[in-house]
Amino acid sequence: MSARASLVPGGSVFRRRRDGWLGLALVLPALIIFAGFTYYPFFKNFQMGLFKAAPFPNLPSRYVGTAQFTTMLGSADFLDSVKSTVIYALITVPLGVIGGLVMAVLAHQKLRGIRIFRTIFSSSVVSSAAVAAVVFQVILSPQTGYLQALGIHLPDITSSPTWGLPAMALVSAWQFVGLAFIILTAGLQSLPDEIMEASRVDGATAWTRLWRITFPLLSPTIFFCGVVGVIFSLQSFGQIDIMIGTSGATYTHTNVLIYAIYRLLHVSQNTGLAACYSIALFVITLLVTLIQFRLLEKRVHYAH
Amino acid sequence: MPTKRLARTISRYLLLVVIAAIVVFPLYVLFSGSLMTLKEISSIPPQLIPLHPVWKSYSEAFNTGNLGQYLAVSLGQSALITIGQVVTSISAAFAFAYIAFPFKRILFALMLATSMIPFEVTVIANLQTVHSLHVDETMQGLVIPFLATGFGIFLMRQAFMQIPKEMHEAAIIDGYGPWKYLWRVAVPLARPSVAALAVFGFLGAWNQYLWPLLETGNNTSIQTIQMGIRQVGGTISTANLTLAAGVIATAPLLVLLVFFQKHLIRSLTAGAVK
Repeated sequence: MSARASLVPGGSVFRRRRDGWLGLALVLPALIIFAGFTYYPFFKNFQMGLFKAAPFPNLPSRYVGTAQFTTMLGSADFLDSVKSTVIYALITVPLGVIGGLVMAVLAHQKLRGIRIFRTIFSSSVVSSAAVAAVVFQVILSPQTGYLQALGIHLPDITSSPTWGLPAMALVSAWQFVGLAFIILTAGLQSLPDEIMEASRVDGATAWTRLWRITFPLLSPTIFFCGVVGVIFSLQSFGQIDIMIGTSGATYTHTNVLIYAIYRLLHVSQNTGLAACYSIALFVITLLVTLIQFRLLEKRVHYAH
Repeated sequence: MPTKRLARTISRYLLLVVIAAIVVFPLYVLFSGSLMTLKEISSIPPQLIPLHPVWKSYSEAFNTGNLGQYLAVSLGQSALITIGQVVTSISAAFAFAYIAFPFKRILFALMLATSMIPFEVTVIANLQTVHSLHVDETMQGLVIPFLATGFGIFLMRQAFMQIPKEMHEAAIIDGYGPWKYLWRVAVPLARPSVAALAVFGFLGAWNQYLWPLLETGNNTSIQTIQMGIRQVGGTISTANLTLAAGVIATAPLLVLLVFFQKHLIRSLTAGAVK
């Protein structure tokens, strides 16, 4: 703590003039990358969004001002896409957070061999979207016996308007549950031991302790985990591309924003509209982060 | 009393085992399926254990599926991104933690704020940028946009600031300049965070999907392993091949998870707990 206090801005150790040049030189590499590949392309979206692609490829695009953006906001395609994105998150995030929470509580016991369970519970964190896609393709396929063995008879999800989106969200939830477990476990381990001990002495049952003490104390971490989950779900792309995209099926029911951007960019080559969609994706990401941080400040019990 | 306690312990383990089985099931299917023939994978009821494990899918994936090349590209791309992120993060974080220089506050804010902009939102203009730099469909194009991260700078700065004041006081008395202090004191003491950042960077780079898909275009010679899976994926008729490719794509990360679990967890939970 004292080390930190002495180093808050103004408390730098090296403060000669030539150190200043060194400081600038040291931040320069990161600065160049951020300027060229984060800020420039980010702001460029706002400029590209002002131009409408010609109806035929290889013709120059036309300046339309903000018209393209406002048209997009009212278009059925865009609203569908937002709806799919919201449904996607509403499945992925609760499944991942609740699953992660159950596992974190179970793995928080003092039992022999618990470390093996911790490794298993966090294992899905290493799975890429592509790997998750091919595995779930096998598990969910009507041509294999996994679901049928459980008594579930589903049509081919890649062509099912009903099951396509929930199936993709399930894949994301599995990918996310390992990360959720890791985050929530860290939260559990940071809870003050004295309070847990005191409640045990008071004779509260394990169940009561969980709901009355552990979860309220853990709520900042649970919220944080939710934010991470929403951002994760907004970026889920690979499984949709592999499981739906390459099947040649209609994609309208799994047309989440990130996939819509890809289609606009790669298939329709409609850069202007893709830029408008990108701005929308950014705004949603930002809103989620801000809303959740707001909630965090207001409602949540702080551990200390 | 002891039987009651025993029963409770057993039921706890039972619950753990059931949940572990559910969570690990997809990974199990990945491994077991890669050792089965296509006919066995699609047998109904499902065959859970590869009774006659076949390794053919692996040799086939390497021979006809060109897996070796995808793997080499992924290793190169992920290693370059990891090294780049570690270098730029250490360098910038050290400046922010220890050196007084102009525009320090605003530059720090700008660099942290990059984590609020998802990469997905920047792909359109980034594609144009790599094109105009003539590095589209090249390894440089795969790597350059990811050579710095706001998260890495944040993580390393935290690590540097936790080094006790006595260390730099002693170093200054010994006449250390910033450069010597960085290499002799700061980096060695911040080694766990460097490891955490490296593991995190490698995991993220290895599993990238959207950028390699858009950037590599039609140049199959620089496609990553995830793209290799995409090429053969999408249909159940090549499931044995895709599962074998999936195992190859996941194995390095499982090794990371098992051996560097502590570091990986450190990086994944940075910011999670106040």
